[in-house]
Amino acid sequence: MSSRARKRILVAVLVLGAAAMVFPFLWTVITSVTSGAGLSATPSLVPDHPSVESYRTLFGATSFGRSIANSVGLALAVTGLQVTTSSLAAYAFSRFDFPGKRAVFAMYLATMMIPMQVLLVPLFSQMKSLHLVDTYLGVVLPTMASAFGVFLIRQAMGTVPRELDEAAMLDGAGHVRTFTRIVLPNVRPAIATFGIFAFMSSWNAFLWPLVMLRSNELKTLPLALASLQGQFTTQWDVMMAGSVVSILPMLALYIFAQKYIIQGVAGSGIK
Amino acid sequence: MNEGTTVGTVAAPPRRTRAGSRKVVTASARRRRTTVTAYVFLAPSAIPLIAFVIVPMVRAAWVSMHSWNLISPMKWVGLDNYRELLTDSHTLTVFGHTLLYVAGVLPLTFAGGLALALALNKAFRGRNLLRGIYFLPVVTSWIAVAIVWRWLLNPSVGVVNTVLAQFGVDGPGWWTSPTWSLPSIILASAWKDLGYVMVLLLAGLQTIPTDIQEAATLDGAGWWRRLRSVTLPLLSPQIFFVVIISLINGFQVFDQVYAMTGGGPNGSSEVVVERIYDLTFRYGQAGAASALSMLLFAAILVVTLVQIRGERKWVNYV
Repeated sequence: MSSRARKRILVAVLVLGAAAMVFPFLWTVITSVTSGAGLSATPSLVPDHPSVESYRTLFGATSFGRSIANSVGLALAVTGLQVTTSSLAAYAFSRFDFPGKRAVFAMYLATMMIPMQVLLVPLFSQMKSLHLVDTYLGVVLPTMASAFGVFLIRQAMGTVPRELDEAAMLDGAGHVRTFTRIVLPNVRPAIATFGIFAFMSSWNAFLWPLVMLRSNELKTLPLALASLQGQFTTQWDVMMAGSVVSILPMLALYIFAQKYIIQGVAGSGIK
Repeated sequence: MNEGTTVGTVAAPPRRTRAGSRKVVTASARRRRTTVTAYVFLAPSAIPLIAFVIVPMVRAAWVSMHSWNLISPMKWVGLDNYRELLTDSHTLTVFGHTLLYVAGVLPLTFAGGLALALALNKAFRGRNLLRGIYFLPVVTSWIAVAIVWRWLLNPSVGVVNTVLAQFGVDGPGWWTSPTWSLPSIILASAWKDLGYVMVLLLAGLQTIPTDIQEAATLDGAGWWRRLRSVTLPLLSPQIFFVVIISLINGFQVFDQVYAMTGGGPNGSSEVVVERIYDLTFRYGQAGAASALSMLLFAAILVVTLVQIRGERKWVNYV
């Protein structure tokens, strides 16, 4: 077999595989527009009478619209906070020598090894005594800093020539100005990569919001989606409509920021 | 945020030294000022990390030696929680399920991810689009994916069993069956994580210099020989990384189990984190839950240490 033919077969196999990867998404959309789906038969690939009834039910009978707004707001707040706190700390680690630097750095490193699940009980009781259970502050506070972000941004700051800061300082800039005007603009790609990941992980976060948020009107999208299961046990079209609504924004973000996302994963193994 | 305003006032003084008129500032005073500035920059992340990670971590260890229902005062029980957990077959079961989950997902994603990475490392049109498609499930929320897979694997009207029936195969009960609940979760997880492993391995492949491959080809090495003797050894850092990260993530598996099976039927897919959650919020045994979470942490720590030691032993760096 010629190498040309072999390559063709390989590509054909890859395309088939890709179709298998896409199928669940496609099936989700198809089911969502097949009203009454799942009651008696498997929906057909091409719905006879496509309808958006399920979406109407979803937004009419639940507070799903509210949940979308909640998720957007929370994800934006967490992303903004994480990017701010991480780049400030990254600047300190990359531009200052100070006593205790190694110890503080080691502490940041240690926090990356501790999984959220281990902190569940003490963090919950801490939030309870601060009266922050069932508030957004309770969700945001424990996630406002990210050691991972500090490392990622510090890494990028290391490649910004110090001569640039020194020139700025000679021109009379203090650390705040050097940080915001010189160093930050030069690490924009790292900030973008980290910001996208912060947004994605906040958008998809489940365990901690599940523990913190009780009221229906505070629920984020994943929580609302999980409770749909109890409400619409056999109404698969409604559940699929919910899935479409929660997957779509991530899909859009992915299409726009694919380069940053893939680089971020490849470089560090976050997801 | 008030941290922001302090940054301004503390960092401002250096501006005045510009003209050289304040050169009299002693070296130690300057060093002190640098230290203060550095810590002001660190505070917005260091304070939450201490308050919401380090302190709770220490408290988790403390709580794990108490009997506590989150409401009434804690009662000291020493190592009783650990003793009970380690002699309770339930603990063994949830750790077993967790390990089975890893043992199922890892070979699937690894073999698939490696094959994809090798194939998509070649140059051809549409390569980036294909990479993008395989990676797509990684960015979606686990809850949405779990619900979608519950639907795909619905025993009576799900598309998988419908297709199987076309081939005369009587599909299993998937997430409704105690035998198939864990395999269902594994299947969905492999689909979701495949692209992730692919991207990690692809990054490694791209660092292998092409002249090494070419030299091996010139020496008459075939495809299989090149893969075994050149590519895989040079890829070992990424392979090792994939294994470790899969173990660490696998130990923490929760979202997909919660949304796909809720640990059922009959606890047949219950994993460690689910047990921690249930002990805390369903049975009011926060002490035991903390002890279990410390055991989980110990397992993750061991894997991390193995990573640090093993890296030196059998991973080749170019």
